[in-house]
Amino acid sequence: MTARDELPVQGEHQTLSRGHVGRADPRPNAKRLLQGRGVYIDDLRLPRLAHVVFVRSPHAHARIVSIDSSRARRSPGIIAVFDGPAIAQVCKPWVGVLGHLKGIRSPTQYPLAMERACWQGEPVVAIVGETRAEAEDARDLVEIQWEPLPVLVDMEAALAGLPVLHPELGDNICFERTVDTGDIDAIFAAADLVVEETFHFGRHTGVCPEGRAILADYNPAEHSLTVHHATQAPHMIHDILARHLDIPEANVRVICHDVGGAYGIKVHVYPDEMCTAAVSMLVRRPVKFQADRMESFVSDIHAREHKATVRLAATRDGRILGFDLRDLTAIGPYSVYPRTSGIEGNQVVNLTGGPYRHSHYRARMHAVFTNKNVTCQYRAVGHPIAVAITEGIVDLAAQRLSIDPVEFRRRNLIPDDAYPYAFPSGIRFEKLSHHQCLDKLLELMDYEALRADQARARERGCYRGIGLAAMIEVTNPSAAFYGVGGARISSQDGATLRLEPTGALTVLCSVTEQGQGTETVFAQIAADTVGVSMDKVRVITGDTATTPYGGGTWGSRGAGIGGEAVLQSGRALRANILDAAAAILACDRATLDVADDAVIDRLTLRSLLTLAELGRSCYYRPDTLPAGFQSELMVTRHYVPRDYAFAFTNGIQASWVEVDIDTGFVKLLGHWCVEDCGTVINPLLVDEQLRGGVVQGLGAALFEECRYDQEGQMLNAQLGDYLVPMAGEMPDIVCGHVQTPTRTSELGAKGAGEAGTAGAPAAVMNAINDALAPLAARVTVQPFTPERILAALGRV
Amino acid sequence: MKPSAFDYVRVASVEEALAHLTELGDRARLIAGGQTLMATLNMRLSAPELLVDISRIPGLSGIRLNGSTVTIGALTTHREIERSPLVAQHLPLLAQAAPQIAHAAIRNSGTIGGSVAFADPAAEWPACCVALDATIVIQGPAGGRRVRARTFFRNLYETDLTPTDILVAIEFPVTPLARRSVFLELSRRRGDYAIVGLALLARPAEGLLHEVALAYVGAGPVPMLARQAMAALEGRAPAASVMQAARAALAHDLQPGSDLYTSAATRQHLAGVLLDRAVTQLLSGGAAPHAIA
Ligand SMILES: Cc1cc2nc3c(=O)[nH]c(=O)nc-3n(C[C@H](O)[C@H](O)[C@H](O)COP(=O)(O)OP(=O)(O)OC[C@H]3O[C@@H](n4cnc5c(N)ncnc54)[C@H](O)[C@@H]3O)c2cc1C
Repeated sequence: MTARDELPVQGEHQTLSRGHVGRADPRPNAKRLLQGRGVYIDDLRLPRLAHVVFVRSPHAHARIVSIDSSRARRSPGIIAVFDGPAIAQVCKPWVGVLGHLKGIRSPTQYPLAMERACWQGEPVVAIVGETRAEAEDARDLVEIQWEPLPVLVDMEAALAGLPVLHPELGDNICFERTVDTGDIDAIFAAADLVVEETFHFGRHTGVCPEGRAILADYNPAEHSLTVHHATQAPHMIHDILARHLDIPEANVRVICHDVGGAYGIKVHVYPDEMCTAAVSMLVRRPVKFQADRMESFVSDIHAREHKATVRLAATRDGRILGFDLRDLTAIGPYSVYPRTSGIEGNQVVNLTGGPYRHSHYRARMHAVFTNKNVTCQYRAVGHPIAVAITEGIVDLAAQRLSIDPVEFRRRNLIPDDAYPYAFPSGIRFEKLSHHQCLDKLLELMDYEALRADQARARERGCYRGIGLAAMIEVTNPSAAFYGVGGARISSQDGATLRLEPTGALTVLCSVTEQGQGTETVFAQIAADTVGVSMDKVRVITGDTATTPYGGGTWGSRGAGIGGEAVLQSGRALRANILDAAAAILACDRATLDVADDAVIDRLTLRSLLTLAELGRSCYYRPDTLPAGFQSELMVTRHYVPRDYAFAFTNGIQASWVEVDIDTGFVKLLGHWCVEDCGTVINPLLVDEQLRGGVVQGLGAALFEECRYDQEGQMLNAQLGDYLVPMAGEMPDIVCGHVQTPTRTSELGAKGAGEAGTAGAPAAVMNAINDALAPLAARVTVQPFTPERILAALGRV
Repeated sequence: MKPSAFDYVRVASVEEALAHLTELGDRARLIAGGQTLMATLNMRLSAPELLVDISRIPGLSGIRLNGSTVTIGALTTHREIERSPLVAQHLPLLAQAAPQIAHAAIRNSGTIGGSVAFADPAAEWPACCVALDATIVIQGPAGGRRVRARTFFRNLYETDLTPTDILVAIEFPVTPLARRSVFLELSRRRGDYAIVGLALLARPAEGLLHEVALAYVGAGPVPMLARQAMAALEGRAPAASVMQAARAALAHDLQPGSDLYTSAATRQHLAGVLLDRAVTQLLSGGAAPHAIA
């Protein structure tokens, strides 16, 4: 069944959709961005604009003995210099905890370090200058006397409390979680096969083309604050600025211009950004902060530093009985506000073993404090970890039982007719399609042919491998994700549609755009539901003064939740258009429909009244309408999923690699991804989301890692040494789709933005291990650098 | 980050540039293609008072054949070398190495003089100069001098150049017709500095290797001429035992360091792997100077 068949916009009573949904419409905003006509924060020039830069702690852990900024203050072009206590006068601190993550703890965090700095890169002093260069000149003149404190970088040491980083908390445990469905020890003791492996995941970060940026413009005359911000969640930031800076909510406005990539990096509260807003209040001028690449590496959130030991029990004939997981993750010195740094570990616990039918599960997870940069939610939160440990251990079990990895998965993936399905751990699935996806994947990649090629290659001493990675993903989160925990983060979104006098359609939506194409998708849905052509639609997002209230972009929710709000709003607007048309034409509303920018006769399909004519009548000549009739050509609808906590999706990836066993180099020969995101609104955009996500996952598998030394110094905080994946090394990525629309919305769309990142590292790991299998070598430490592969082979 | 403030002058002659250098010493800095210097300025790793832009000095750029010598001006860009028919004909090693330097955008601006003067041991040109036994032509306040590449590179980022010298050209002896070359390197991503690389030249005759030259990239503080490995191969057929001896000799020839991703031991191992591969490639073809029609 295709999306079109399923789509309510083309179902009964909705006969005349123009069919934009399901079509690969190009992004209207792509041209602007490609021509360099986008507007990013650093492009904005306001009168009296000042620039702020930060002295960041050079130490991972040190007490501030004294700060002497007298020379900096006298430096040319310097407007002001602020330390932690000065900023704390206007900005309230925060604590990154949530009620539903039971027991999560974090110390109070201030915009600038108060008495001590807890990671290298923590902002300590803010310098405000007429130009960025002058502020940087003065930065070199700030003298800080430091008293170094013991540095905690190792996760195990942190867990053991050696030493305790925040004495008031008693130990270094930020958050721990245990799941136990019971009887694990007995099940494992009696099982035919038990396999165990420990996987290590390097820290990495999302490298946004546009660094974090904020321009805060405080107006003392009305005690108002307008913030231009590169953020994914303008309403959340709006609320936080109002509360922490003590400005009435109505006096705050957050505006997003073009946002140059975000990947979850730009959905958090950052101390330097809060400080910038505070500075604007203090100097009563617009103030801009633009993170440069080097400070981004030590201040943008990191993610994914995990060590996970997993055991799997199976029967001799290859039936998985259960998983037993022990996960340790280090989150830096603070849990990040307001989403917390507990979610990633929590997701690992939720998702491990997720694609498979098994009845026993035990997991124990600790998130501990260390003196490295903070970690938080980055694209595919927790999924790449959970998928890698699940798929890594599944492949190991298959290997031990001499069962082909495809066959092993067939025997264990939850059957496509078993839904609704609930896990022993409590997770509920509405409907997944693991087996359909697997079949489609095998067909796309021609699995048998690759296996034959692999055998031939081995004969000539060439080591190729195939790796599979089945996955489940959390998308369309309801209030269960943050709201229930007390976070002021909206899980509902809204869309306002306005028919303009010329028949143009303006869409205002609370979901934001960072380059992923949400605006295009909204335009498609709006065009279809109202009955106008795409070129008539203009989408506006990212302005808390004009758009409906909503959560913005995160958790693969934009299309599924924002899109449904647009759909509902579009249907309501069409109904209102028909009311107006019936009034104008003095005919039965039931005989009318809207198509091709006109009201038409439902029966003959003849155009009766263009929307431009209708708009003209309603706006300029309402005197010609029947007495008592008031047109309503602007409507707003909201949507939030209620039936399920999340719309789980599923998919499967495959990687085909060649390992050079003399050099340890891995060549990516091919990559396939089959995903079920429900209704595919725009196949072009979904495929590009998958591919971009896969590339980020390939970066995780082969290149990216934030390396720290024992002193807590990040050693590769620049793009020469932090290796992001680049086009030259990327394989062709073939995408396929299975569509199981969710019944929780009429649109039926689930999320697709994180799938690629979730599964790619596992697929590559399994492919490398498949290639190395004849040499009895295995790798389990990401990223799989040439040196790590050579070491596994015993070559170095 | 923004660089700290500096003055800038664009000079029209070597003499003018030398005058600035003589006046300010190491407080002045030459800028050619800027592909290395701009990054260090922006990171505030260096903060010269004056940038002396030599990029428009006439006559300092271009590739000329003079008898059995090819002279490449200091300001010649990587890209010009990559595309030069003269280089392809007489110095095929350079044509093989050029595409492996950085990315096209960087090759369009970066110069061979800047690369050799900066003397990054992971850079391609310094190793090529050593392998080809080139001569570095230097102009200083006291006049000009010629220094063999094999003695020019002294230590990490340290060369025969003083702060008041300008590298004006590099002279390469034309590669004889029967001598073949191979340039191989291993880098994590296309365009990255190599983990290890090597330039190999030899004249194969009846299965034997003659006039072997072997220079390594990324295997020591300077481009490393692998003298003992060269000796192990010279005049021999590269049978397994000979290759083993040559690889073993590399342990004496090279002094690889460790960095974030690759230990010294791994570099040493990879140097041996590249040697095997380069010899195999050389015998099965390699690049040869073109015969003149
Ligand atoms: C992303 C990136 C990747 C790169 N990858 C590689 C690579 O893989 N391999 C590689 O070899 N290079 C690489 N480079 C460096 C590039 O090749 C540079 O062009 C080269 O190192 C310097 O040449 P330049 O003309 O740009 O010199 P500049 O940056 O202008 O100067 C470099 C230094 O040399 C001095 N200098 C310049 N010209 C002279 C002269 N005529 N006499 C005396 N001193 C002089 C300058 O004072 C300065 O100290 C890379 C650069 C970048 C940005």
